[in-house]
Amino acid sequence: MSSSSDSELTVGKPHERPRSHAGAGVRLAAAPPKMRSVNLNFYYGAFQALHDISLDFHTNRITALIGPSGCGKSTFLRTLNRIHETVRHTRVEGRILLDSEDIFQVETTTLRRRIGMVFQKSNPFPKSIADNVAYGPRVNGVRRKTDVEEVVERSLRRAALWEEVKDKLRESAYALSGGQQQRLCIARALAVDPEVLLLDEPCSALDPIATAKIEDLLFDLKDQCTIVIVTHNMQQAARVADYTGFFLLGRLVEFNTTEVIFKTPARKETEDYITGRFG
Amino acid sequence: MSLRNRWRKFLNVFMLAMTGVCAVAAVSILFLILGYLAWNGWRSLDWNFFTRLPKPPGELGGGMANAIVGSAQIVLLATLIGAPVGFFGGVYLSEFGGRGFSFVVRYVADLLNGVPSIVIGILAWTVVVVPLHRFSALAGALALGLMLIPITMRQTEQFLRDVPQSMREGALALGASKWKMIATVVVPAAMRGIATGMILGVARIAGETAPLLFTSLNNQFWSSGWNQPTASLPVMIFSHAIAPYEDWHRQAWAAGLVLLLLVLLANVAARFILSRGISAQRGYL
Repeated sequence: MSSSSDSELTVGKPHERPRSHAGAGVRLAAAPPKMRSVNLNFYYGAFQALHDISLDFHTNRITALIGPSGCGKSTFLRTLNRIHETVRHTRVEGRILLDSEDIFQVETTTLRRRIGMVFQKSNPFPKSIADNVAYGPRVNGVRRKTDVEEVVERSLRRAALWEEVKDKLRESAYALSGGQQQRLCIARALAVDPEVLLLDEPCSALDPIATAKIEDLLFDLKDQCTIVIVTHNMQQAARVADYTGFFLLGRLVEFNTTEVIFKTPARKETEDYITGRFG
Repeated sequence: MSLRNRWRKFLNVFMLAMTGVCAVAAVSILFLILGYLAWNGWRSLDWNFFTRLPKPPGELGGGMANAIVGSAQIVLLATLIGAPVGFFGGVYLSEFGGRGFSFVVRYVADLLNGVPSIVIGILAWTVVVVPLHRFSALAGALALGLMLIPITMRQTEQFLRDVPQSMREGALALGASKWKMIATVVVPAAMRGIATGMILGVARIAGETAPLLFTSLNNQFWSSGWNQPTASLPVMIFSHAIAPYEDWHRQAWAAGLVLLLLVLLANVAARFILSRGISAQRGYL
């Protein structure tokens, strides 16, 4: 992989030269990739939603996936922890590697403990705040009360929610505001100490202040896990991400450092999208 | 105003009046029945009704204590038979069922729901009463339990389906296995609704007469066991109402009122539980 000496331009044509593309990612990164997608195709029944996606997610970096609605970025994200398997008639070809292990060879329960996910619409369970955060540790066998309390506090602190909820841990999660509910869902995902955190447009239903809080949070979390965020909001991608991938019509058009994507994109489609000429 | 407009206006008022009259008619028939039952029942109801056994024909007084306890026994056993089967069947339909088999199960459940209750009684008579050579509370409970299965199953399925898919994904994304996700997130989220459905189902079978006529039969005394003929309120009403004794008619009215009040109580309880459940969920949605 490291033998690659491709120019930026080849990075921008992954579907034409997918193999060279992964190598370029390594050259840009400080550490080896945490996750890799290799020639991934995705089908809803007969419809092919993703075409030959190859891309690397670098350890302790934030990668943003951008693109217009229906471009397949969420579909791609949902294959990374195999949550797409809850939908009937979906099929995947190609490989996804987590620390060079094929995720399709791992038990989904084990896999999803290592790869956490935060959804577009906050989805707290109809339980108390504490029970929401404790859910993951509990299904993973943490039973001792002191251990559970400890992980609840630590996770809420990591999600920057502790100060706001520490006096009402036994109250319903639905009593929280939208932004707080989404941070609760992040705390819930962090409670199982995931190595990778997937976020599917986590701020699309939030106001700018709540959005800023979550973006700050992502910066802080970067030291502890590898983050992949799907977003509609290009400013958000520019603000938080180290790497950005641009999706269009089920293909990865261009993938590079965020700076390159936003300042000197190699492909015309990318430039058109980020300058707002379409999408 | 043109003729055409007048005609339109007349038609509008006429149709509005007709729908109103029909609505009032429907409700007033119900209230007529309830009122008549309450009036007659209340006059006949006394403390003895809850504490005494029925008196032989010709003697005045007595009560239906045995029928109240018998009904409770039969309905309890029927719930133990029908509710678990219906509940787990509903979980299967909502969470596991594929297209083909689920369709068949759902269709059969709806058919079973529509089978005349006396036919269910004949079934219980054939499989319990005939082999054991005796009428019994068990046979009655089986008949009512069979009726409860499709009601509970379809209700459970419906309430589980109403749980947003995002909850399931949320639990799975944390590494929960499918059964754990169902047991710890989906079923608790739907529990109020499921409990409500069960209460209404139990209230419905508690008033059934036909399935009990030749299964648990009737008994003028305390039943001596699950395998013995057992009195129940609906059958007691039936037997007392067709008897040629004035005092028995009085008792039948009282029994009708008690049964009605019990069913009404169950309905109110169910609505109370459900309304609280909905308001709790609205906070989320």
